[in-house]
Amino acid sequence: MNSAGVDSPLLRCSDLSKYYGRQPGCIDVSFELWPGEVLAIVGESGSGKTTLLNCLSANLEPTSGTVEYAMRDGTMPNLFDLGEAERRFLMRTDWGFVHQNPADGLRMAVSAGANVGERLMAVGERHYGKIRHSASDWLERVEIETGRIDDYPRTFSGGMRQRLQIACNLISAPRLVFMDEPTGGLDVSVQARILDLLRGLVSDLGLSVIVVTHDLAVARLLSHRMMVMKDGRVIESGLTDQVLDDPQEAYSQLLVSSILQV
Amino acid sequence: MITEPVLRLSDVSKSFTMHLRGGISLPVFEDVAFAVHAGECVVLTGPSGIGKSSILKMIYGNYRTQKGNIVVKSQLTETDIVSASAREIMTLRRNTIGYISQFLRVIPRISALDIVAGAAVEQGRDKSLAQAAAASVLSRLNVPEKLWHLPPATFSGGEQQRVNIARGFVAEYPILLLDEPTASLDAANRAVVVELIEEKKAAGCAIVGIFHDADVRDEVADRTIDVTEYSVSAAA
Repeated sequence: MNSAGVDSPLLRCSDLSKYYGRQPGCIDVSFELWPGEVLAIVGESGSGKTTLLNCLSANLEPTSGTVEYAMRDGTMPNLFDLGEAERRFLMRTDWGFVHQNPADGLRMAVSAGANVGERLMAVGERHYGKIRHSASDWLERVEIETGRIDDYPRTFSGGMRQRLQIACNLISAPRLVFMDEPTGGLDVSVQARILDLLRGLVSDLGLSVIVVTHDLAVARLLSHRMMVMKDGRVIESGLTDQVLDDPQEAYSQLLVSSILQV
Repeated sequence: MITEPVLRLSDVSKSFTMHLRGGISLPVFEDVAFAVHAGECVVLTGPSGIGKSSILKMIYGNYRTQKGNIVVKSQLTETDIVSASAREIMTLRRNTIGYISQFLRVIPRISALDIVAGAAVEQGRDKSLAQAAAASVLSRLNVPEKLWHLPPATFSGGEQQRVNIARGFVAEYPILLLDEPTASLDAANRAVVVELIEEKKAAGCAIVGIFHDADVRDEVADRTIDVTEYSVSAAA
């Protein structure tokens, strides 16, 4: 699936700024995201990338600027003009959010199957057999043995928890998924497996993704386009391979030259 | 030739600014200008480091262009790569411009056959037709059939290279950029690549290539362009 023939953006962010008191989080950010595109936001800690992600996903109200989103009915309202209930409905159905720490996206005290099935219930599915069947199907797609469906996530390894969180997000067939350092804090081999899995799912499902990472290798593998942030501002953006192979700004050059060669 | 060129470079200049080296600017070449027509193969020549690969990367939108225009004609539209949006370049890369280097960027866990067929599938070709075409090119390039269903991560360098070449030739791009595709291939496979290039030319594909092997260059080139003529350091 690709974005050919789709002639309007899925999300449009215009002049977005967020200040914490007088301290800027992100400043004057504008961009468009089109269906099927994967956008990476990179930069070091404190550059404002997480603040931006939280504003885009309506978890944080910006100080100024708008985030317009193409609803399934064809309208494109500013998220912050929507009511709280509408926003919550979007978050639980049309969007996914993969947190760095799976515990932030999972309920550790209910079974893996119940975690995965929860979103289906949120969109109105009530048939227990169907929910369980979808849940087991999704566990398989993220390479978790279906025999673990009744186990609690706290009995899972870090990598399994992350894959479970991914399944929880994708089961409701979202159009847009936000990811905050989806492979942060995992062993390299576990990380590679998650990246493979994400890459495959994103292209099979034609998902649009906004992924925040400080790891340029993750950005290279997953994203089509990239924005580099520093001190709250986007200082360079373009095709991922272009920004990584021929960075223009001093800070982007520093980031790229800091990648460890193995 | 009466037809319009499908690719036209005018006044194209490239320099690298090294911010980490005190902001020094390294000019590479200036005012490169040439046009390529459908069915024609133009070969860039000149010593290593003169900027041949940079020109291909600029046409592909991989490197930025500081000055000039790189206009690509596809069906009814004309796009200047220099000012195009990331999204426009992504569309051109899917449908119009192919780029083959000697290095395969391995995608973990995807079979060689699917990697090769993938380029054609992205262009909208039916999956089974794409796989049949992929199988045919892989066998012409002597990639053993027992490897087709394995991910190429564990293949030898030469096998990976041939998978990469196959991918570029299976898709139907009106413009093909070849960055030393025959480097380190044996004579038999080099001959196959020459055949594939001739077939693309016959089908109307415009090709810009770099070939260090003089025999290959002489066989496929309709014209050569010596990049040294545009070199900034050589002129100084």
